[in-house]
Amino acid sequence: MKMKRRASSVLLGALALIMLITGCSQPGSNSASSPSGGSSETSSASADASMGTGGSAVGFIFVGTKDDYGYNQAAYLGSVAVEEAYPDLKVLRAENVPETAEAERVMEQMIKDGAKIIFPTSYGHLEPALNVAKRHPDVVFFHQGGLKTATNVGTYFGTIWEPVYLAGVAAGKMSKTGKLGYIVSVPIPQVLLNVNAFTLGARSVNPDATTSVVFTGSWCDPGQQANATNSLIDGGVDVLSLHQDCMKTVIETAERRGVMTVGYHADASSLAPNGWITGSLWNWPELFVEMVKTAQDGQFKGSKFDGKYRGTLADNVVQLGSFGANVPADVVQYVEDQKKALLEGTLLPFAGPVKDQSGGVRIAEGETPAVEQLEGSDYLVEGVIGSIPK
Amino acid sequence: MILADILTGAIRSGTSVMLASQGELVSERAGVINLGTEGSMLGGALGGFAVTVWTGNPWLGALAGGLCGLLIASIHAFLVLSCGANQLATGLTIMFFGMGVTAFFGRGFVSEQIVGFNPVALPFLSDIPFLGPVLFNHDPLTYLSILLVPLLWFVIFRTRIGIMLRTAGEREEVLFASGINPKLVRYLAVLAGGFLAGIGGAQLSIAYTHAWVENMTAGRGVVAVALVIFASWKPARAMLGAYLFGAAQALQLTVQQQGYAISPFFLFMVPYLLTLLALLIVERRKSSRTPEALGKVFAGEGSG
Repeated sequence: MKMKRRASSVLLGALALIMLITGCSQPGSNSASSPSGGSSETSSASADASMGTGGSAVGFIFVGTKDDYGYNQAAYLGSVAVEEAYPDLKVLRAENVPETAEAERVMEQMIKDGAKIIFPTSYGHLEPALNVAKRHPDVVFFHQGGLKTATNVGTYFGTIWEPVYLAGVAAGKMSKTGKLGYIVSVPIPQVLLNVNAFTLGARSVNPDATTSVVFTGSWCDPGQQANATNSLIDGGVDVLSLHQDCMKTVIETAERRGVMTVGYHADASSLAPNGWITGSLWNWPELFVEMVKTAQDGQFKGSKFDGKYRGTLADNVVQLGSFGANVPADVVQYVEDQKKALLEGTLLPFAGPVKDQSGGVRIAEGETPAVEQLEGSDYLVEGVIGSIPK
Repeated sequence: MILADILTGAIRSGTSVMLASQGELVSERAGVINLGTEGSMLGGALGGFAVTVWTGNPWLGALAGGLCGLLIASIHAFLVLSCGANQLATGLTIMFFGMGVTAFFGRGFVSEQIVGFNPVALPFLSDIPFLGPVLFNHDPLTYLSILLVPLLWFVIFRTRIGIMLRTAGEREEVLFASGINPKLVRYLAVLAGGFLAGIGGAQLSIAYTHAWVENMTAGRGVVAVALVIFASWKPARAMLGAYLFGAAQALQLTVQQQGYAISPFFLFMVPYLLTLLALLIVERRKSSRTPEALGKVFAGEGSG
């Protein structure tokens, strides 16, 4: 009896050890290690001018996998462009980096491996990045989507609502039932802004169009995505869009049920040869290459990237994707015309009056909201069915 | 029709949980609680998805998924039955082990596409008004899972094998006296449970979502264990419970679309609330419906 109990506790201990190792092992290219203790930097004046220079590597950390047909894939493609543009620089990548202190360890390891430029690509990597940045004033951080900056931390993003608005126009034109669907995760301002842009675009061509928004609570939960997709389609939706990290389940399920899709983050038209309308894409490659050059030349301080940089449709940082095979030529032409008007400045997606779901005016007639105001959206516009979960 | 939508959604999203809970029911009838069902489901989801990617045949994938679930459950069986470990502690360990192992090995499959199971509308039957689209437009694994329920009922309550199973969970001395090894019966019961949980996970990845993402079962295995207790260890009630869970998910979505606000964050709490409640009930209820030997779980014994 005693032997059995000892054997069982040994076995349990071994099992726990295995589970600890598998659970904690990083699938990325960096093994975990503790950050170097208190390495005091040389005089801060020279650190200012030299930050970002002299590195042998550039680091990228992703919250998900590089092939998720979505957010992280878009960032990964940017890293590939950097790799090709700077063959002398080693590109370090780590996937599945959680938005916790774990991210700090990964970034510290990359800095140890010679990186003077780090790209934390997920929204929740901002706090860890700010912490690491304080300890390494000679390293430049380009954070994706953040709203806080520091001396050596700049954030970049794109005015993705511009192509999302245009995609909404296309969806409004293509929908036969006038019922659109939007599958999202959590009610952060970025997400609400996209839903609003999409709805405004659709209602510009069909004033009775509605967007049913579903919050799944997760950036990538295929079970919930399948539930939401099926439920929306059962309810009469015939065009689906989404703001999730991974796209496959929603787009494939919609395609199987004969419903059209509007993509996001990356081009997933290969998954929906019949139903793909268009998509809103990030074009990070050129931007990343430019950012690395700026940092390497010691030009970060005072540059347009030192602060909150927001690339626009005109800058080609965000793009409207190509149209699917089943989109008729007149629809393509109409959307292209709208796009031209947007680029020329004659079409403003969020030009007032913009009302919220209860009819209250959020953007007054004649008013054009600033980027900061839009990035703080906390409401849903008229025409959206569904409410913001508290 | 909203009701039809909710019922259809109930079957769609409840099937994976139903399969796992039918399996857990078999295991618990023999006296073993397997909290590692979540790990078996994940193993089945990944194994099934991987084999479907490699062979292009979803049936082989489903079989492989069942086998992976069985393998993970076999660790639980060994530790509990041969080493005398505490069933609840071991089960939880297996759950986390399954989560870690599948996340690690599943890395390369996240972007893969598969030719999985698609809903098949049964001719004639699916044209029946109301019931037709609700019941007869699902994937093959769902149809099989529905057929499984009367089959399990028959085996457990009308055959010798069923008597052996139930006796192992009630009074093993009786089984032993009649010349049958209770440990063997329990082993087979746990393995069968793992197999069905694996099929449940495979249904989720090969049939419902056509995807693999780490921890994609999101608590369904935990819910399955709780459901067995709620169902008083009866197959038909476990099926109803699973569909109730699926209906809750579908209802939440339908309600959102109607414009009412039920927080999805609340919904994510539900599986764990259910489990807590179920464990509370088992602790307090000395009902004759509980397999007697299941009480041995808490005393930490359970070896033959």
